[in-house]
Amino acid sequence: MSESSFVFPNDPHVACSIMIVLYPYITGLVAGAFVVSALYHVFHQEVLKPVASLALVTALCFCAFATLPLLFHLHHPERAFNIMFTPNATSAMSGFGFIYNFYMLLLVVEVWLVFRPTIVERANSYEGFPGFIYRVLSLGVREISDGARALDQWLIRALAIIGIPAACVLHGYVGFLFGAVKANPWWSTALMPVVFLVSAIVSGIAALILFYLFLCWQRREQPDANCVRALSRYLWGSLIVAVTLEMLELVHLAYESGAEWHILSTLLTKHLVVSYGVVQVLIGSVCPFFLLMIATRPKLPPRLMTLLSGLAGALVLVQVFAMRWNVVVGGQLFSKSFRGFVEYPLPWGGREGLITAAVILVLPLVALSLVSKILPLWHTTDA
Amino acid sequence: MPRKNDHTNRTCDDTNCKCEADEMQLRREFLQRIATVSFGAMTLTLFPALASHGGGEVVSKAGLAGGTPTTGNGPPIYGYLVDTERCIGTGKCLTACRVENEVPEGNYRTWVERYIHFKDGEVRVDLVPESGYSASDLPSVDPESVERAYFVPKTCNHCDDAPCNQVCPVHASFTSPEGFELIDYERCIGCAYCVQACPYGVRFINSETGTADKCTWCYHRVMRDEQPACVEACPVGARLFGRVDDPESEISKRIAEIPTQVLKEHLGTHPKTRYVGLSEEVT
Repeated sequence: MSESSFVFPNDPHVACSIMIVLYPYITGLVAGAFVVSALYHVFHQEVLKPVASLALVTALCFCAFATLPLLFHLHHPERAFNIMFTPNATSAMSGFGFIYNFYMLLLVVEVWLVFRPTIVERANSYEGFPGFIYRVLSLGVREISDGARALDQWLIRALAIIGIPAACVLHGYVGFLFGAVKANPWWSTALMPVVFLVSAIVSGIAALILFYLFLCWQRREQPDANCVRALSRYLWGSLIVAVTLEMLELVHLAYESGAEWHILSTLLTKHLVVSYGVVQVLIGSVCPFFLLMIATRPKLPPRLMTLLSGLAGALVLVQVFAMRWNVVVGGQLFSKSFRGFVEYPLPWGGREGLITAAVILVLPLVALSLVSKILPLWHTTDA
Repeated sequence: MPRKNDHTNRTCDDTNCKCEADEMQLRREFLQRIATVSFGAMTLTLFPALASHGGGEVVSKAGLAGGTPTTGNGPPIYGYLVDTERCIGTGKCLTACRVENEVPEGNYRTWVERYIHFKDGEVRVDLVPESGYSASDLPSVDPESVERAYFVPKTCNHCDDAPCNQVCPVHASFTSPEGFELIDYERCIGCAYCVQACPYGVRFINSETGTADKCTWCYHRVMRDEQPACVEACPVGARLFGRVDDPESEISKRIAEIPTQVLKEHLGTHPKTRYVGLSEEVT
């Protein structure tokens, strides 16, 4: 029996645009970067010391802009705080404001504690406007005795311990938002939160490799080969887990061949060929897998190792973005009639256009650059 | 425990069983009311914004109980029945809805699907044009090639377990005491999560107001003891609306007499909009 294409009349619009792709992408980077900092602060992975501070500040800078794509997506952003004033207890999304603010506060406090010795030192020694900035940042707490630092270290560790589940909740919850939509067979799977969480860790590690290599290049310093190799190992391992889960989800759908598989298989083979098959799987998963396999070999020259790791990191970031795209946009390319498909012509301009998305993605990097002018991201006294 | 929407075509033969069930139901309702009042008092204290709940456009058009007769202790319970065997695709309901509810072009609170099963096995689905078939650009159909054809009007299903209501992060989607799924347009942030959550594609972001929008079963009319605009406009009685808690109402009698179905039953949303003669091809 052949069937003609039919799209429900309210379905032609892709309601959740590239902004909803950016939102999990940015929160994923936050969660991933935080996990790297926690590997040092909680699990004492000393080899990651060169990137521990950078990881924390990266998490903070991206977290600061995580709500921006959502605000651009909302048709009534002026009512955004309703999500906290009149939350719906049955809605997973209503938890966002609380989870986000809790995590943001945690990050701000932890970053402040990590950089406190530097801030106090500079508040005491710098004069003029720079000195004023550091005196403000010190919040009037100039005590950096051994006892005070011991307390700081204890608090940093405690916050990092709380922060790990918080980061998992922040991002696992994002996956849950999609996984719990039973109306959409492309989204509705219990694996979705796990897939999002693991790919978040992948993206955070990949971003840190790139940022660290860029900072070293900018400062004309040799990157710490052991640190980069360790990051590459973590990236390789988490990438394998992430891709396995993504494929498992797909294979499960295909093997079950439920009532909606016909529309999902057409989606994959006709509408997501490039973004899923080529970008997410081939370029973003297979290539970095082999690059990292080589990069993590112990006897590889450091220069080649950093080059391969950097390249793999860039490709992995593309993979994770493509994964977000394929989930968010892909899930809206078919009508709920399950009889037809719609197009998503991504506009260049406008509130939810490509240029706005690019600007939003660049803003955390600008913030990171500004913070690096005030705080030493490449090393701190204790971090 | 029977659901509100299908209790009319289910009976219990065991009198004792029925009495116990009734007693339990009364107890449950009593407890629910206490819980509602307590929670309401608490939340109104904590969140003053909640006090304005229901202050949206729809609710402000008519009081919640204004002009509506009630039986027993609770508010009246309504239902909607679509008879696909009666619909002839005039499209009058579509125009009536658009005019009554000022629905912008390109958005749909209701629509009618035409299913054509051809003898060669092809199934064609298209929309009944609002302006009538003569003015539309739909391809003509050779009657000789058609095995069977029928029309399926669609509206919001006002589900008992509405996923749109569940996911709304700001409580802008809510259920009226009469069981209508409504939207507080002054609270909605336009996140479109409800649009994603609705399995039936009946929700949309209103291109003029920027809020979520959908069929309300013409709540404002029903509260004035009028029929929904689409029901009133249908010349063949394919759309039937009324009280399902009144066994003497026409809709209750129809539901009791003939088998009815709901859309996407496997999703467990328990729609209050029921269908007569729904084919399995309809999604």
